[in-house]
Amino acid sequence: MLKGLKKGALARSLWVYHVSASPCNNCDIEILDLLTPRFDVERFGLLLVGSPRHADVLLVTGVVNKKVLDRVLRVYAQTPKPCLVAAFGSCAISGDLFVDSYNFAGPLDKHIPVDVYIGGCPPKPEAMILGVVRAIEKLNKLKDL
Amino acid sequence: MNMSVGWVFFYLLVFPGFFFTSVVGLLYTWIDRKVTARIQFRVGPPLLQPFYDFFKLLGKDTFVPEGAPRSIFLGAPLVGLASVSVISTVLLVSNMFPQQAFAGDLIVVLYLFVFVPIILIIGASASSNPISALGASREMSLYLAYELPLLFALATIIVKSGGLLKIGDLLQWQWANHPFLYSASGAIAFVSAFLCMQAKLGFVPFDIAEAEQEIMGGTILEYSGPALAVLKLTKAMLYFTASIFLTVFFWGGFRSPRHGWYHILGWLKPVAIIVLIILIKNTNPRLRIDQALRFFWSIVLTLSIVGFILAAVGL
Ligand code: SF4
Repeated sequence: MLKGLKKGALARSLWVYHVSASPCNNCDIEILDLLTPRFDVERFGLLLVGSPRHADVLLVTGVVNKKVLDRVLRVYAQTPKPCLVAAFGSCAISGDLFVDSYNFAGPLDKHIPVDVYIGGCPPKPEAMILGVVRAIEKLNKLKDL
Repeated sequence: MNMSVGWVFFYLLVFPGFFFTSVVGLLYTWIDRKVTARIQFRVGPPLLQPFYDFFKLLGKDTFVPEGAPRSIFLGAPLVGLASVSVISTVLLVSNMFPQQAFAGDLIVVLYLFVFVPIILIIGASASSNPISALGASREMSLYLAYELPLLFALATIIVKSGGLLKIGDLLQWQWANHPFLYSASGAIAFVSAFLCMQAKLGFVPFDIAEAEQEIMGGTILEYSGPALAVLKLTKAMLYFTASIFLTVFFWGGFRSPRHGWYHILGWLKPVAIIVLIILIKNTNPRLRIDQALRFFWSIVLTLSIVGFILAAVGL
């Protein structure tokens, strides 16, 4: 019962922290679409927060390169669990067109467990909302947190 | 004054103290987010959203940063929660039973109101994070900026009522004559107290200490999980408490000697006040800390001193 309350509350109130791991910046701009009147994800309780301490979802954008990898790992360690990780955009999922770059450190899920993949370069708002739905579905399927 | 210990606990913990204030405070934050969303042509969150947020935070881990004194860091939010509960209890109980006020309850309310910025400063300084420390220093400057006008605004109504110091007496004076808001000096005092409350709540244009976009939450940056939940709850309760503070001292409280509809309408007064707060919040950009200091010490302080002089000459 208590577990159910905890999980239900988490699924209805996902606070998002946006980890900018050397993207081309387009993904970051697109995230803000979700807060506009047309898409308004605050309907579902999503908020963008300013500190990883407050976050439930880490939205990682961009190619994880060797320099930024350490920071991503540290932000992940500093985020209170339970938390989800979303690989946002083709860069974070696979490296996209930077895959042959000399400082590419591999896709994000090589380093931290990724729960949701949101594809696109940059992803469309519809794809992002689908990602949110996937995240909530995944939370609801989990036995324990 | 004859209150048994049981009743005191009931007042403090259930109604109108901790439980009632926290539920209404959380509903107020919903009104805040919903009105904000409607102003921006959005739909906004569902009614229970603040409760989801609160219970979610209760279920998460709490980090204590390395080098932070654990008891101070985690104890500060609890002190804040307790003091806000006491403020709202004192204000609402003196509204229900004005005769039962104790001498100096006005001073107690003012002292406990000071606790809210102080626990934010203490918690932020204890978190050993430089950005939190920046938030703490801003909170301190902001507190110095708005406290003097707020005291002058209260002095105005005390002078106006002929030197009454108990909340219950001030209420009864308003019921016998007219709410302070409906006189020249009282209206001026209300405006300056209103601006001070906006700053105390840390809302735009005075959200300098928390500024999400520049210092990532400032004073509350390092808090997570249940500790953050307690801080958020404190803020929500402070929201409600600030609106009843303004209602009780300037607008004649909820209850009036005339019963019937007037009685119910009285409960809409704090809602009207917070809608005004939300409108100001949504139509203004954030000030810098030096601008806020200048604003309070020149404009608002002058305003409240003018109100005080008007009250002294009997307007
Ligand atoms: S996925 Fe595309 S839009 Fe997003 S950061 Fe990479 S290159 Fe830029």
